[in-house]
Amino acid sequence: MKIVVPVKRVIDAYVKVRVKSDGSGVDTENVKMALNPFDEIALEAAMRLKESGQASEVVAVTAGPEAAQQQLRTALAMGADRALHIDTPADIQPLAVARLLVAICDREQPDLVLMGKQAIDDDANQVGQMLAALQGWAQGTFISALEPGEGEVLVTREVDSGHERLALPLPAVVTVDLRLNEPRYPKLPDIMKAKKKPIEGLTPEELAVDISTGLSVLKVEEPPARVGGARVNSVAELVEKLQQEAKVI
Amino acid sequence: MSILVYADHDGSTVTPATRSAIACAQVIGEPIDLLVTGHDCGPVADSAAGIPGVNRVFLADAEHLGQQLAENVAPLLENLARDYSCVLAAATPAAKNILPRVAARLGVQQISEIVRVVSPDTFVRPIYAGNALATVQSSDPIKVITVRATAFDAVAADGGNASVEPLDAGQDAGLARYLGSELHASEGPELASARVVVSGGRGVGSADNFSLIEGLAKALGGAVGASRAAVDAGYVPNDFQVGQTGKVVAPELYVAVGISGAIQHLAGMKESKVIVAINKDPEAPIFQVADYGLEADLFTAVDEFRDALAP
Repeated sequence: MKIVVPVKRVIDAYVKVRVKSDGSGVDTENVKMALNPFDEIALEAAMRLKESGQASEVVAVTAGPEAAQQQLRTALAMGADRALHIDTPADIQPLAVARLLVAICDREQPDLVLMGKQAIDDDANQVGQMLAALQGWAQGTFISALEPGEGEVLVTREVDSGHERLALPLPAVVTVDLRLNEPRYPKLPDIMKAKKKPIEGLTPEELAVDISTGLSVLKVEEPPARVGGARVNSVAELVEKLQQEAKVI
Repeated sequence: MSILVYADHDGSTVTPATRSAIACAQVIGEPIDLLVTGHDCGPVADSAAGIPGVNRVFLADAEHLGQQLAENVAPLLENLARDYSCVLAAATPAAKNILPRVAARLGVQQISEIVRVVSPDTFVRPIYAGNALATVQSSDPIKVITVRATAFDAVAADGGNASVEPLDAGQDAGLARYLGSELHASEGPELASARVVVSGGRGVGSADNFSLIEGLAKALGGAVGASRAAVDAGYVPNDFQVGQTGKVVAPELYVAVGISGAIQHLAGMKESKVIVAINKDPEAPIFQVADYGLEADLFTAVDEFRDALAP
Protein backbone atom coordinates (compact mmCIF):
# COMPACT_ATOMS: atom_id res chain seq x y z
CA MET A 1 0.00 0.00 0.00
CA LYS A 2 1.39 3.38 -1.02
CA ILE A 3 0.43 6.34 1.15
CA VAL A 4 0.50 10.05 0.34
CA VAL A 5 0.41 12.39 3.35
CA PRO A 6 -0.37 16.06 2.57
CA VAL A 7 0.99 18.41 5.23
CA LYS A 8 0.82 22.13 5.98
CA ARG A 9 3.15 24.66 7.54
CA VAL A 10 1.26 26.61 10.22
CA ILE A 11 1.97 28.81 13.22
CA ASP A 12 2.94 26.57 16.13
CA ALA A 13 -0.13 25.60 18.16
CA TYR A 14 1.36 27.04 21.37
CA VAL A 15 2.09 30.48 19.96
CA LYS A 16 -0.43 33.21 20.66
CA VAL A 17 -1.37 34.57 17.26
CA ARG A 18 -1.28 38.32 16.69
CA VAL A 19 -3.47 40.09 14.18
CA LYS A 20 -1.60 42.65 12.06
CA SER A 21 -2.58 46.23 12.81
CA ASP A 22 -3.46 46.90 9.13
CA GLY A 23 -6.03 44.09 9.19
CA SER A 24 -4.33 42.24 6.35
CA GLY A 25 -3.86 39.00 8.24
CA VAL A 26 -2.06 37.32 11.10
CA ASP A 27 1.59 38.07 11.79
CA THR A 28 3.78 35.15 10.69
CA GLU A 29 7.10 37.05 10.68
CA ASN A 30 9.53 35.81 13.33
CA VAL A 31 6.90 33.46 14.70
CA LYS A 32 7.62 29.81 15.43
CA MET A 33 6.19 27.68 12.64
CA ALA A 34 5.40 23.98 12.81
CA LEU A 35 3.81 21.06 11.09
CA ASN A 36 0.03 21.20 11.46
CA PRO A 37 -0.62 18.95 14.51
CA PHE A 38 -3.33 16.93 12.75
CA ASP A 39 -0.88 16.24 9.90
CA GLU A 40 1.68 14.95 12.40
CA ILE A 41 -0.90 12.43 13.55
CA ALA A 42 -1.55 11.41 9.94
CA LEU A 43 2.19 10.95 9.40
CA GLU A 44 2.47 8.89 12.57
CA ALA A 45 -0.37 6.65 11.39
CA ALA A 46 1.31 6.25 7.99
CA MET A 47 4.64 5.37 9.63
CA ARG A 48 3.01 2.75 11.84
CA LEU A 49 1.47 1.15 8.75
CA LYS A 50 4.87 1.14 7.09
CA GLU A 51 6.67 -0.25 10.14
CA SER A 52 4.16 -3.08 10.44
CA GLY A 53 4.76 -4.00 6.80
CA GLN A 54 1.32 -2.88 5.64
CA ALA A 55 2.53 0.14 3.68
CA SER A 56 5.31 0.11 1.10
CA GLU A 57 6.05 3.81 0.74
CA VAL A 58 5.08 7.06 2.44
CA VAL A 59 5.28 10.28 0.42
CA ALA A 60 4.81 13.66 2.13
CA VAL A 61 3.57 16.59 0.05
CA THR A 62 3.01 20.25 0.80
CA ALA A 63 1.83 23.32 -1.08
CA GLY A 64 3.37 26.52 0.22
CA PRO A 65 6.33 28.90 0.06
CA GLU A 66 9.93 27.70 0.07
CA ALA A 67 10.05 27.82 3.87
CA ALA A 68 7.49 25.00 3.96
CA GLN A 69 10.35 22.67 3.07
CA GLN A 70 11.26 22.84 6.77
CA GLN A 71 8.03 21.02 7.54
CA LEU A 72 8.76 18.47 4.81
CA ARG A 73 12.11 17.84 6.55
CA THR A 74 10.20 17.18 9.75
CA ALA A 75 7.98 14.73 7.86
CA LEU A 76 11.07 13.03 6.45
CA ALA A 77 12.61 12.88 9.93
CA MET A 78 9.45 11.19 11.18
CA GLY A 79 10.09 8.55 8.55
CA ALA A 80 8.51 9.57 5.22
CA ASP A 81 10.50 8.13 2.32
CA ARG A 82 10.48 11.23 0.15
CA ALA A 83 8.70 14.55 -0.20
CA LEU A 84 7.14 16.81 -2.80
CA HIS A 85 7.08 20.58 -2.51
CA ILE A 86 4.61 22.50 -4.67
CA ASP A 87 5.69 26.13 -4.71
CA THR A 88 2.65 28.32 -3.96
CA PRO A 89 1.77 31.31 -1.79
CA ALA A 90 1.07 30.43 1.86
CA ASP A 91 -2.56 31.50 1.72
CA ILE A 92 -4.00 29.39 -1.10
CA GLN A 93 -7.53 28.16 -0.52
CA PRO A 94 -8.62 24.56 0.18
CA LEU A 95 -10.15 24.04 -3.29
CA ALA A 96 -6.81 24.95 -4.90
CA VAL A 97 -4.97 22.57 -2.57
CA ALA A 98 -7.44 19.79 -3.41
CA ARG A 99 -6.92 20.40 -7.13
CA LEU A 100 -3.13 20.25 -6.68
CA LEU A 101 -3.52 16.99 -4.76
CA VAL A 102 -5.58 15.55 -7.63
CA ALA A 103 -2.56 16.14 -9.87
CA ILE A 104 -0.27 14.58 -7.25
CA CYS A 105 -2.56 11.52 -7.03
CA ASP A 106 -2.38 11.19 -10.83
CA ARG A 107 1.42 11.11 -10.62
CA GLU A 108 1.84 9.02 -7.51
CA GLN A 109 -1.14 6.63 -7.75
CA PRO A 110 -1.46 6.19 -3.97
CA ASP A 111 -3.77 3.61 -2.38
CA LEU A 112 -4.41 5.87 0.57
CA VAL A 113 -4.24 9.60 1.19
CA LEU A 114 -3.89 10.13 4.93
CA MET A 115 -4.12 13.70 6.21
CA GLY A 116 -5.15 15.96 9.07
CA LYS A 117 -8.86 16.74 9.37
CA GLN A 118 -8.09 20.44 9.28
CA ALA A 119 -5.25 22.93 9.51
CA ILE A 120 -5.17 24.94 12.73
CA ASP A 121 -4.68 28.23 10.89
CA ASP A 122 -7.72 28.65 8.62
CA ASP A 123 -9.75 25.87 10.34
CA ALA A 124 -11.48 25.14 7.02
CA ASN A 125 -11.80 21.35 7.31
CA GLN A 126 -12.30 20.85 3.57
CA VAL A 127 -9.30 19.54 1.62
CA GLY A 128 -9.69 15.82 2.33
CA GLN A 129 -13.37 15.76 1.46
CA MET A 130 -12.77 17.88 -1.66
CA LEU A 131 -9.97 15.61 -2.86
CA ALA A 132 -12.13 12.50 -2.33
CA ALA A 133 -14.98 14.10 -4.27
CA LEU A 134 -12.78 15.19 -7.18
CA GLN A 135 -11.27 11.69 -7.37
CA GLY A 136 -14.63 9.95 -6.92
CA TRP A 137 -13.17 8.09 -3.92
CA ALA A 138 -14.59 7.08 -0.56
CA GLN A 139 -13.69 9.22 2.43
CA GLY A 140 -13.33 8.61 6.15
CA THR A 141 -13.20 11.89 8.05
CA PHE A 142 -12.38 12.70 11.71
CA ILE A 143 -11.10 9.20 12.38
CA SER A 144 -9.87 7.88 15.73
CA ALA A 145 -8.97 4.34 14.59
CA LEU A 146 -7.64 2.86 11.37
CA GLU A 147 -7.07 -0.72 10.35
CA PRO A 148 -6.16 -2.02 6.90
CA GLY A 149 -8.36 -4.76 5.47
CA GLU A 150 -8.44 -6.69 2.21
CA GLY A 151 -8.49 -4.00 -0.50
CA GLU A 152 -10.04 -1.60 1.99
CA VAL A 153 -9.42 0.25 5.24
CA LEU A 154 -11.65 0.07 8.29
CA VAL A 155 -12.02 3.38 10.09
CA THR A 156 -13.73 4.61 13.23
CA ARG A 157 -15.11 8.13 12.88
CA GLU A 158 -15.81 10.58 15.70
CA VAL A 159 -19.38 11.81 15.33
CA ASP A 160 -21.86 13.54 17.62
CA SER A 161 -22.35 11.48 20.77
CA GLY A 162 -20.13 8.57 19.78
CA HIS A 163 -18.39 6.63 17.03
CA GLU A 164 -19.25 5.29 13.62
CA ARG A 165 -17.37 2.52 11.81
CA LEU A 166 -16.96 2.42 8.02
CA ALA A 167 -15.19 0.22 5.49
CA LEU A 168 -13.62 2.25 2.68
CA PRO A 169 -12.57 0.59 -0.59
CA LEU A 170 -9.11 1.70 -1.74
CA PRO A 171 -8.04 4.13 -2.99
CA ALA A 172 -9.56 6.37 -0.34
CA VAL A 173 -8.97 9.59 1.58
CA VAL A 174 -8.81 9.41 5.37
CA THR A 175 -8.64 12.52 7.58
CA VAL A 176 -7.49 12.05 11.15
CA ASP A 177 -8.66 13.42 14.47
CA LEU A 178 -6.51 14.05 17.53
CA ARG A 179 -7.15 10.82 19.33
CA LEU A 180 -5.79 8.46 16.66
CA ASN A 181 -2.27 8.37 18.11
CA GLU A 182 0.55 10.26 19.84
CA PRO A 183 3.01 11.37 17.16
CA ARG A 184 6.68 10.55 17.73
CA TYR A 185 9.43 13.13 18.22
CA PRO A 186 12.07 12.60 15.55
CA LYS A 187 15.43 11.59 17.06
CA LEU A 188 18.68 13.28 16.08
CA PRO A 189 19.90 10.43 13.80
CA ASP A 190 16.54 10.55 12.00
CA ILE A 191 16.83 14.31 11.58
CA MET A 192 20.32 13.86 10.12
CA LYS A 193 19.12 11.09 7.83
CA ALA A 194 16.20 13.25 6.68
CA LYS A 195 18.62 15.85 5.33
CA LYS A 196 19.72 13.35 2.70
CA LYS A 197 16.22 12.32 1.62
CA PRO A 198 14.95 13.87 -1.63
CA ILE A 199 12.49 16.79 -1.81
CA GLU A 200 11.19 17.22 -5.35
CA GLY A 201 10.18 20.73 -6.35
CA LEU A 202 7.03 21.29 -8.40
CA THR A 203 4.94 24.25 -9.50
CA PRO A 204 1.19 24.57 -10.13
CA GLU A 205 2.05 25.29 -13.78
CA GLU A 206 3.95 22.01 -14.11
CA LEU A 207 0.95 20.24 -12.62
CA ALA A 208 -1.37 22.22 -14.93
CA VAL A 209 -3.48 23.42 -11.99
CA ASP A 210 -5.07 26.86 -11.71
CA ILE A 211 -4.80 27.82 -8.04
CA SER A 212 -7.14 30.81 -8.15
CA THR A 213 -10.49 30.49 -6.35
CA GLY A 214 -13.57 32.63 -5.90
CA LEU A 215 -12.83 33.57 -2.29
CA SER A 216 -10.90 36.59 -1.08
CA VAL A 217 -10.07 37.68 2.45
CA LEU A 218 -11.09 41.32 2.92
CA LYS A 219 -9.76 41.78 6.44
CA VAL A 220 -8.67 39.98 9.57
CA GLU A 221 -9.35 41.42 12.99
CA GLU A 222 -9.16 40.60 16.67
CA PRO A 223 -12.30 39.10 18.15
CA PRO A 224 -14.04 41.39 20.66
CA ALA A 225 -12.34 40.94 24.00
CA ARG A 226 -14.33 39.33 26.74
CA VAL A 227 -14.45 41.36 29.91
CA GLY A 228 -14.09 38.89 32.75
CA GLY A 229 -12.08 38.66 35.89
CA ALA A 230 -14.73 39.40 38.52
CA ARG A 231 -14.55 37.24 41.65
CA VAL A 232 -17.02 36.01 44.19
CA ASN A 233 -16.04 34.91 47.67
CA SER A 234 -18.48 32.12 48.37
CA VAL A 235 -20.90 29.73 46.77
CA ALA A 236 -23.76 31.65 48.38
CA GLU A 237 -22.60 34.87 46.73
CA LEU A 238 -22.20 33.04 43.41
CA VAL A 239 -25.74 31.65 43.50
CA GLU A 240 -27.14 35.03 44.49
CA LYS A 241 -25.33 36.79 41.62
CA LEU A 242 -26.44 34.17 39.12
CA GLN A 243 -30.03 34.62 40.26
CA GLN A 244 -30.25 38.36 40.84
CA GLU A 245 -27.62 39.88 38.55
CA ALA A 246 -27.10 37.49 35.62
CA LYS A 247 -30.59 35.97 35.90
CA VAL A 248 -29.50 32.69 34.38
CA ILE A 249 -30.69 30.33 37.12
CA MET B 1 -30.92 34.71 -3.63
CA SER B 2 -32.48 31.27 -3.45
CA ILE B 3 -31.02 29.10 -0.69
CA LEU B 4 -30.93 25.35 -0.22
CA VAL B 5 -30.38 24.16 3.36
CA TYR B 6 -29.16 20.64 4.14
CA ALA B 7 -31.16 19.42 7.13
CA ASP B 8 -29.28 17.60 9.87
CA HIS B 9 -31.70 15.46 11.85
CA ASP B 10 -32.00 12.78 14.50
CA GLY B 11 -34.45 10.54 12.62
CA SER B 12 -37.58 12.31 13.85
CA THR B 13 -36.98 16.07 13.75
CA VAL B 14 -34.36 18.44 12.36
CA THR B 15 -31.75 19.47 14.90
CA PRO B 16 -31.83 22.88 16.60
CA ALA B 17 -28.51 23.56 14.82
CA THR B 18 -30.32 23.31 11.49
CA ARG B 19 -32.93 25.79 12.70
CA SER B 20 -30.02 28.13 13.52
CA ALA B 21 -28.73 27.63 9.98
CA ILE B 22 -32.19 28.60 8.67
CA ALA B 23 -32.01 31.76 10.79
CA CYS B 24 -28.67 32.52 9.11
CA ALA B 25 -30.15 31.78 5.67
CA GLN B 26 -32.91 34.32 6.35
CA VAL B 27 -30.26 37.03 6.74
CA ILE B 28 -28.81 36.10 3.32
CA GLY B 29 -32.04 35.93 1.34
CA GLU B 30 -35.02 33.86 0.22
CA PRO B 31 -36.74 31.62 -0.77
CA ILE B 32 -35.33 28.94 1.52
CA ASP B 33 -35.78 25.29 0.62
CA LEU B 34 -34.72 22.33 2.76
CA LEU B 35 -33.29 18.96 1.79
CA VAL B 36 -34.03 16.07 4.13
CA THR B 37 -32.15 12.85 3.35
CA GLY B 38 -32.35 9.54 5.16
CA HIS B 39 -34.19 6.28 5.41
CA ASP B 40 -37.77 6.18 6.74
CA CYS B 41 -37.44 9.86 7.52
CA GLY B 42 -40.84 11.06 6.33
CA PRO B 43 -41.64 12.35 9.83
CA VAL B 44 -38.53 14.55 9.68
CA ALA B 45 -39.75 16.15 6.46
CA ASP B 46 -43.24 16.62 7.89
CA SER B 47 -41.91 18.35 10.99
CA ALA B 48 -39.46 20.38 8.88
CA ALA B 49 -42.37 21.63 6.80
CA GLY B 50 -43.62 23.36 9.95
CA ILE B 51 -40.54 25.51 10.36
CA PRO B 52 -41.46 29.13 9.63
CA GLY B 53 -39.65 30.65 6.66
CA VAL B 54 -39.19 27.38 4.81
CA ASN B 55 -40.64 27.40 1.30
CA ARG B 56 -40.32 23.76 0.18
CA VAL B 57 -38.97 20.59 1.80
CA PHE B 58 -37.37 18.03 -0.52
CA LEU B 59 -37.39 14.51 0.81
CA ALA B 60 -34.93 11.91 -0.48
CA ASP B 61 -35.76 8.68 1.31
CA ALA B 62 -33.86 5.48 0.59
CA GLU B 63 -31.91 2.79 2.39
CA HIS B 64 -28.57 3.97 1.01
CA LEU B 65 -29.17 7.41 2.54
CA GLY B 66 -29.84 6.04 6.04
CA GLN B 67 -26.38 6.78 7.44
CA GLN B 68 -25.83 10.16 5.70
CA LEU B 69 -22.77 8.76 3.90
CA ALA B 70 -21.12 11.71 2.17
CA GLU B 71 -20.58 9.72 -1.02
CA ASN B 72 -24.36 9.18 -1.31
CA VAL B 73 -25.73 12.48 -0.02
CA ALA B 74 -23.36 14.91 -1.78
CA PRO B 75 -24.56 14.09 -5.34
CA LEU B 76 -28.16 14.93 -4.34
CA LEU B 77 -27.10 18.34 -3.03
CA GLU B 78 -24.86 18.88 -6.04
CA ASN B 79 -27.72 18.24 -8.48
CA LEU B 80 -30.16 20.47 -6.62
CA ALA B 81 -27.56 23.17 -6.01
CA ARG B 82 -27.43 24.20 -9.65
CA ASP B 83 -30.85 25.84 -9.20
CA TYR B 84 -29.74 27.87 -6.17
CA SER B 85 -27.36 30.69 -5.44
CA CYS B 86 -26.47 29.32 -2.01
CA VAL B 87 -26.18 25.91 -0.34
CA LEU B 88 -25.97 26.12 3.40
CA ALA B 89 -25.89 23.85 6.45
CA ALA B 90 -25.16 24.00 10.15
CA ALA B 91 -21.56 22.93 10.76
CA THR B 92 -22.49 19.59 12.31
CA PRO B 93 -20.26 16.52 11.88
CA ALA B 94 -22.56 15.30 9.06
CA ALA B 95 -22.47 18.59 7.14
CA LYS B 96 -18.74 19.08 7.67
CA ASN B 97 -18.31 15.67 6.07
CA ILE B 98 -20.66 16.27 3.14
CA LEU B 99 -20.53 19.93 2.06
CA PRO B 100 -16.88 20.16 0.93
CA ARG B 101 -17.66 17.31 -1.49
CA VAL B 102 -20.51 19.38 -2.90
CA ALA B 103 -18.36 22.52 -3.18
CA ALA B 104 -15.52 20.65 -4.91
CA ARG B 105 -17.87 19.07 -7.44
CA LEU B 106 -19.40 22.48 -8.13
CA GLY B 107 -15.91 23.97 -8.44
CA VAL B 108 -16.53 26.58 -5.75
CA GLN B 109 -14.61 27.49 -2.61
CA GLN B 110 -16.64 26.57 0.47
CA ILE B 111 -16.91 29.08 3.30
CA SER B 112 -16.67 27.20 6.61
CA GLU B 113 -18.36 28.00 9.93
CA ILE B 114 -19.51 31.54 9.36
CA VAL B 115 -20.60 33.51 12.44
CA ARG B 116 -21.96 36.62 10.71
CA VAL B 117 -23.47 37.65 7.39
CA VAL B 118 -22.18 41.03 6.23
CA SER B 119 -23.95 40.87 2.85
CA PRO B 120 -25.14 38.03 0.60
CA ASP B 121 -21.56 37.50 -0.63
CA THR B 122 -19.54 38.60 2.40
CA PHE B 123 -19.22 36.71 5.66
CA VAL B 124 -17.26 36.65 8.91
CA ARG B 125 -15.66 33.43 10.08
CA PRO B 126 -13.32 32.61 12.95
CA ILE B 127 -9.79 31.44 12.13
CA TYR B 128 -7.00 30.29 14.44
CA ALA B 129 -9.53 28.69 16.78
CA GLY B 130 -11.40 31.95 17.18
CA ASN B 131 -8.31 34.01 17.98
CA ALA B 132 -8.96 36.05 14.85
CA LEU B 133 -11.98 36.84 12.70
CA ALA B 134 -11.69 36.91 8.92
CA THR B 135 -14.11 38.78 6.68
CA VAL B 136 -14.28 36.92 3.38
CA GLN B 137 -16.00 37.66 0.09
CA SER B 138 -17.09 35.05 -2.43
CA SER B 139 -17.47 35.66 -6.16
CA ASP B 140 -18.54 32.06 -6.82
CA PRO B 141 -21.89 31.66 -8.61
CA ILE B 142 -23.07 29.25 -5.92
CA LYS B 143 -22.01 29.92 -2.33
CA VAL B 144 -21.47 26.75 -0.29
CA ILE B 145 -21.52 27.68 3.38
CA THR B 146 -21.45 26.00 6.77
CA VAL B 147 -22.77 27.96 9.72
CA ARG B 148 -21.62 27.95 13.32
CA ALA B 149 -24.98 27.28 14.92
CA THR B 150 -24.18 29.01 18.22
CA ALA B 151 -23.82 32.32 16.40
CA PHE B 152 -27.46 32.43 15.27
CA ASP B 153 -30.64 32.11 17.32
CA ALA B 154 -32.65 29.17 16.00
CA VAL B 155 -35.95 29.88 14.25
CA ALA B 156 -39.05 28.33 15.81
CA ALA B 157 -39.79 24.64 15.21
CA ASP B 158 -43.37 25.23 14.11
CA GLY B 159 -45.80 27.79 12.79
CA GLY B 160 -44.85 27.45 9.11
CA ASN B 161 -46.54 25.63 6.27
CA ALA B 162 -44.09 24.41 3.61
CA SER B 163 -44.82 21.76 1.02
CA VAL B 164 -43.03 18.41 1.06
CA GLU B 165 -41.84 17.17 -2.33
CA PRO B 166 -40.34 13.74 -2.89
CA LEU B 167 -36.94 13.71 -4.59
CA ASP B 168 -35.27 10.94 -6.59
CA ALA B 169 -32.90 9.40 -4.05
CA GLY B 170 -30.28 8.45 -6.65
CA GLN B 171 -28.04 5.41 -6.42
CA ASP B 172 -25.81 3.94 -3.77
CA ALA B 173 -22.34 5.17 -4.81
CA GLY B 174 -20.98 1.80 -3.71
CA LEU B 175 -18.02 3.41 -1.97
CA ALA B 176 -18.01 3.65 1.85
CA ARG B 177 -19.77 0.81 3.65
CA TYR B 178 -21.41 1.44 7.01
CA LEU B 179 -20.47 -1.12 9.65
CA GLY B 180 -22.03 0.21 12.83
CA SER B 181 -22.07 2.85 15.56
CA GLU B 182 -21.43 3.09 19.27
CA LEU B 183 -23.36 5.97 20.73
CA HIS B 184 -22.99 7.19 24.28
CA ALA B 185 -26.34 7.41 25.97
CA SER B 186 -26.80 10.69 27.80
CA GLU B 187 -29.66 11.68 30.04
CA GLY B 188 -29.54 15.45 29.91
CA PRO B 189 -29.83 17.91 27.04
CA GLU B 190 -27.45 17.71 24.09
CA LEU B 191 -24.14 19.43 24.77
CA ALA B 192 -24.04 21.53 21.59
CA SER B 193 -27.44 23.13 22.18
CA ALA B 194 -27.88 23.03 25.97
CA ARG B 195 -28.91 26.19 27.84
CA VAL B 196 -26.50 25.34 30.64
CA VAL B 197 -23.22 23.46 30.40
CA VAL B 198 -21.17 22.26 33.38
CA SER B 199 -17.68 21.16 32.37
CA GLY B 200 -15.02 19.40 34.39
CA GLY B 201 -11.28 19.49 33.87
CA ARG B 202 -8.25 17.62 35.07
CA GLY B 203 -8.84 19.08 38.53
CA VAL B 204 -11.82 16.76 38.94
CA GLY B 205 -9.25 14.02 39.43
CA SER B 206 -10.94 10.81 38.31
CA ALA B 207 -13.72 9.29 36.27
CA ASP B 208 -15.60 8.51 39.49
CA ASN B 209 -15.40 12.12 40.63
CA PHE B 210 -17.07 13.19 37.41
CA SER B 211 -20.37 12.18 39.03
CA LEU B 212 -20.02 15.50 40.92
CA ILE B 213 -20.09 17.37 37.61
CA GLU B 214 -23.04 15.28 36.45
CA GLY B 215 -24.89 16.03 39.69
CA LEU B 216 -24.42 19.78 39.32
CA ALA B 217 -25.36 19.65 35.63
CA LYS B 218 -28.55 17.79 36.53
CA ALA B 219 -29.43 20.30 39.24
CA LEU B 220 -29.00 23.13 36.72
CA GLY B 221 -30.84 21.27 33.96
CA GLY B 222 -27.70 21.35 31.86
CA ALA B 223 -25.37 19.14 29.86
CA VAL B 224 -21.99 17.79 30.95
CA GLY B 225 -18.84 18.88 29.16
CA ALA B 226 -15.13 18.40 29.71
CA SER B 227 -11.78 19.89 28.86
CA ARG B 228 -9.39 18.02 26.62
CA ALA B 229 -7.19 17.31 29.64
CA ALA B 230 -10.08 15.50 31.33
CA VAL B 231 -10.78 13.52 28.16
CA ASP B 232 -7.12 12.63 27.69
CA ALA B 233 -6.96 11.52 31.32
CA GLY B 234 -9.79 9.10 30.51
CA TYR B 235 -12.40 10.64 32.85
CA VAL B 236 -15.05 10.94 30.10
CA PRO B 237 -15.41 10.01 26.41
CA ASN B 238 -14.22 12.40 23.72
CA ASP B 239 -17.68 13.53 22.64
CA PHE B 240 -17.88 15.46 25.93
CA GLN B 241 -14.95 17.59 24.88
CA VAL B 242 -15.46 21.35 24.64
CA GLY B 243 -12.79 23.31 22.80
CA GLN B 244 -10.83 23.79 19.63
CA THR B 245 -10.63 20.06 19.06
CA GLY B 246 -14.06 19.27 20.46
CA LYS B 247 -17.41 20.99 20.41
CA VAL B 248 -18.03 24.71 20.29
CA VAL B 249 -20.75 25.71 22.75
CA ALA B 250 -22.35 29.03 23.62
CA PRO B 251 -24.88 28.36 26.38
CA GLU B 252 -26.49 30.99 28.58
CA LEU B 253 -24.50 29.65 31.51
CA TYR B 254 -21.16 27.84 31.34
CA VAL B 255 -19.69 26.50 34.57
CA ALA B 256 -16.02 25.50 34.34
CA VAL B 257 -14.99 23.30 37.24
CA GLY B 258 -11.33 22.45 37.81
CA ILE B 259 -10.46 23.73 34.33
CA SER B 260 -7.32 25.86 34.03
CA GLY B 261 -8.51 27.54 30.82
CA ALA B 262 -6.03 26.65 28.10
CA ILE B 263 -6.49 28.74 24.97
CA GLN B 264 -7.75 25.62 23.16
CA HIS B 265 -10.54 25.21 25.72
CA LEU B 266 -11.50 28.89 25.65
CA ALA B 267 -11.94 28.62 21.88
CA GLY B 268 -14.85 26.27 22.49
CA MET B 269 -16.75 28.23 25.15
CA LYS B 270 -15.82 31.91 25.25
CA GLU B 271 -18.99 32.93 23.41
CA SER B 272 -21.08 31.70 26.36
CA LYS B 273 -23.32 34.39 27.81
CA VAL B 274 -22.27 33.94 31.44
CA ILE B 275 -19.14 32.07 32.50
CA VAL B 276 -18.53 30.76 36.01
CA ALA B 277 -15.13 29.38 36.98
CA ILE B 278 -14.48 27.30 40.06
CA ASN B 279 -10.81 26.60 40.60
CA LYS B 280 -8.44 26.48 43.55
CA ASP B 281 -5.57 28.03 41.57
CA PRO B 282 -5.99 31.82 41.74
CA GLU B 283 -3.69 32.21 38.72
CA ALA B 284 -5.75 29.92 36.44
CA PRO B 285 -6.32 31.71 33.09
CA ILE B 286 -9.99 30.68 33.13
CA PHE B 287 -10.60 33.45 35.70
CA GLN B 288 -9.69 36.10 33.11
CA VAL B 289 -12.74 35.23 30.98
CA ALA B 290 -15.08 34.33 33.84
CA ASP B 291 -17.90 36.66 34.83
CA TYR B 292 -17.91 35.04 38.24
CA GLY B 293 -14.75 33.40 39.47
CA LEU B 294 -14.75 31.40 42.69
CA GLU B 295 -11.37 30.45 44.09
CA ALA B 296 -12.21 27.34 46.08
CA ASP B 297 -11.75 23.63 46.47
CA LEU B 298 -14.03 22.26 43.79
CA PHE B 299 -15.24 19.27 45.77
CA THR B 300 -16.77 21.31 48.57
CA ALA B 301 -17.85 24.14 46.26
CA VAL B 302 -19.70 21.90 43.81
CA ASP B 303 -21.49 20.10 46.65
CA GLU B 304 -22.50 23.40 48.18
CA PHE B 305 -23.58 24.78 44.79
CA ARG B 306 -25.77 21.74 44.12
CA ASP B 307 -27.29 21.86 47.60
CA ALA B 308 -28.08 25.57 47.15
CA LEU B 309 -30.08 24.71 44.03
CA ALA B 310 -32.04 21.89 45.65
CA PRO B 311 -35.66 22.90 46.14
